Amino acid sequence: MVVDLPFIWAGIIAFAVLAYVIMDGFDLGVGILFPFFPEKHDRDVMMNSVAPVWDGNETWLVLGGGGLLAVFPLAYATILPALYAPLIVMLLALIFRGVAFEYRWRTKRAEHLWDLSFIFGSTVAAFSQGVALGALVQGIPVVDRAYAGGWWDWLTPFSLLTGVALVVGYALLGATWLVMKTSGRLAIKARRIALRTAGATILAMGLVSLWTPFLNPLFLERWFGWPNMLYSGIVPLGVAGCFYLLLRGLLKRRDVLPFVAALGLFVLGFIGIGISFYPYIVPTSVTIHEAAAPDESLLFLLVGAVVLVPLILAYTAYAYWVFRGKVDPHEGYH
Amino acid sequence: MIENLDALLLARIQFAFTVSFHIIFPAFTIGLASYLAVLEGLWLWTKREVYLEVFNFWKTIFALSFGMGVVSGIVMSYQFGTNWSVFSDKAGPVIGPLMGYEVLSAFFLEAGFLGIMLFGLNRVGKGLHFFATIMVAVGTLGSAFWILSVNSWMQTPAGFAMNDVGQFVPVDWWAAIFNPSFPYRLLHMVLAAYLTTALVVGAVGAWHLLQGRARERAGIMFSMAMWMLTVVAPLQIAAGDLHGLNTLEHQPIKVMAMEGHYESHPEGAPLILFGIPNTAEQRIDYAVQIPKLSSLILLHDLNAPLDGLDTIPRELHPPVPIVFWSFRIMVGLGTAMAILGLWSLWARRRGHLFTNRPLLRMALVMGPMGFVAVLAGWITTEVGRQPWTVYGHLLTADSVSPIAAPAVAASLVAFIVVYFAIFGAGTFYILRLMGRLPDDPDEDLKDAPLRTAGITPGPPNPRRHEEALHGR
Repeated sequence: MVVDLPFIWAGIIAFAVLAYVIMDGFDLGVGILFPFFPEKHDRDVMMNSVAPVWDGNETWLVLGGGGLLAVFPLAYATILPALYAPLIVMLLALIFRGVAFEYRWRTKRAEHLWDLSFIFGSTVAAFSQGVALGALVQGIPVVDRAYAGGWWDWLTPFSLLTGVALVVGYALLGATWLVMKTSGRLAIKARRIALRTAGATILAMGLVSLWTPFLNPLFLERWFGWPNMLYSGIVPLGVAGCFYLLLRGLLKRRDVLPFVAALGLFVLGFIGIGISFYPYIVPTSVTIHEAAAPDESLLFLLVGAVVLVPLILAYTAYAYWVFRGKVDPHEGYH
Repeated sequence: MIENLDALLLARIQFAFTVSFHIIFPAFTIGLASYLAVLEGLWLWTKREVYLEVFNFWKTIFALSFGMGVVSGIVMSYQFGTNWSVFSDKAGPVIGPLMGYEVLSAFFLEAGFLGIMLFGLNRVGKGLHFFATIMVAVGTLGSAFWILSVNSWMQTPAGFAMNDVGQFVPVDWWAAIFNPSFPYRLLHMVLAAYLTTALVVGAVGAWHLLQGRARERAGIMFSMAMWMLTVVAPLQIAAGDLHGLNTLEHQPIKVMAMEGHYESHPEGAPLILFGIPNTAEQRIDYAVQIPKLSSLILLHDLNAPLDGLDTIPRELHPPVPIVFWSFRIMVGLGTAMAILGLWSLWARRRGHLFTNRPLLRMALVMGPMGFVAVLAGWITTEVGRQPWTVYGHLLTADSVSPIAAPAVAASLVAFIVVYFAIFGAGTFYILRLMGRLPDDPDEDLKDAPLRTAGITPGPPNPRRHEEALHGR
């Protein structure tokens, strides 16, 4: 039996990106929701709820990017120039929000400024990630191993829609995270916001899903051709199920269920994108196999990934476990 | 001048700018992470609370610097693709997996245990907390290992072949990772990071000693930092010498530029101490030189012949003036560090280490010089590598992304504005923290929450520790 290394690696990279989206998703979401919680006290608690883990969350973004360079260098070398502007904006926005975690506690006078920096950075980072995703789904032309499109190709109504959709989706993740991690007035408010963003997220997912098949006949065939529909139909059914659990969890005042259900929505959306893409890694120019580095590179890093990724997941889980439970708003003021 | 600012030059300026800003933070945090582990170890071993106070003092500063290092580092992991896409496609199969190992084995380790180190002492207990601190330190060193391996491979590539689409493909991983210049470069950089941290810690200690405050805590900082300088600065000079000999073997053109040897010297080359490189005339103006010393240093023979840049086609010359000057700045500062270390040793033996004001003032002035030396060193080796990205195999001009100049110019301006504003503010906060007495509450920050205590403790033994001992 021949092991299909590029296929395995496509799975690992997809996992890293998904891990990034759901983990940094909720902490970006907390930043996006900052404007709805103007009181300093609430903001302190919100930031404390993600402070110990945001750094680890963002590392998955580095694994997604660095991993792509290692195993699919051609994809890395064509996607990144094609998405030049949204990616640079995302990187700068991540700087604004990342430093806010530390700077905010180092000054009283300028605390407000770093709150703004946190809001602005989180929202812009989420939006530009959504735009980048939309631009990728639209397809990237590649000629002679180089990006062959124009510098504004990424900017379309569709990519703007996916940008907004991701901001809304991250806000939902953030809100359900706060439902889980906070108590009292803050949690009640977060629950209200979660209900609204849940509706908005479903709406956005619906719009994007309806639009996507018409971007490319390949996607249309993938989703609505027979017998593909038998399998691809599972995704919308799953989305409906998660949405039901999300609403139920919020209305029944459950703490953890809404967050888990919101994560489920993201996982299913991600699977949906995967269904559209396969076997392309740069749709619809370069396939997984065409982009792959030689097997020696894939195998060498796979050995490390097989050993280290479970280890990373273990100590990441441990770090989350150490900081489990609700954030106590009173303890911060000794 | 402006019309010459093409996309290639802009991309180079952008990379040089972002990577120079970035290296400042790891150069500091690699050493500081180890220092924190030592301080916590001393606290656990001696049970003296003063070590925990010093630990908490530096922990906050570490958190700030580390945060800046993370966000500027994420930029680096994407710059290869956005601005150097051809290089990424071609060299990705070799350098990509090495960077992948950096993320998997080091970056995650730091990030995963950082939260526990910063906020978790109450929750996990002393032993596990110490473990987390050590993991952060190990992670920073692991990062250095892999990144230096990648950089060294670009300087002295080994263990590869070319495939039919023009990619570098791995043939022998061991040879690629432990390429000829890697051990020297790694040693040189890790020692540089330790020296940089020692200079900063020493300067902060000296500042408080000069102010006559916090004698015990400042004294611990100053004494530990000076021991580090006394021992490591001479080692660094020896390591730098070995690294230079290695460079002579594998990248002789770079050494010619460092030495300012435009001409060949068949009967022993002089050591040019100072002078002004004149690229147009291909000579050093106003050179102050010691005859034959360069041959003695590089080849251990006064009369050994040394080739100059006149044997090399002009298009393969690196920008000589930059390399020539940055090298002298690095060597000069390295010498000053060794002098400071020896002076402190003398003062220590005479029993006035903490009261010798000229010594304390020199330590204060030397505080930021580690950063300057690190930057000068990197400029020497990176500019000296030009015109290549992969030395001898891939030209910089052939590595760049097909991105139009206005796009690169716009992003460059954005990086410059954001970096100076954001990291300028961060530097200000760090300096303010350093100027504060170790572990004294900051007037401006009276109601900043103790972040360790910001979250409900888990069930087992929540309050092991007095609140007062927490740095935040």
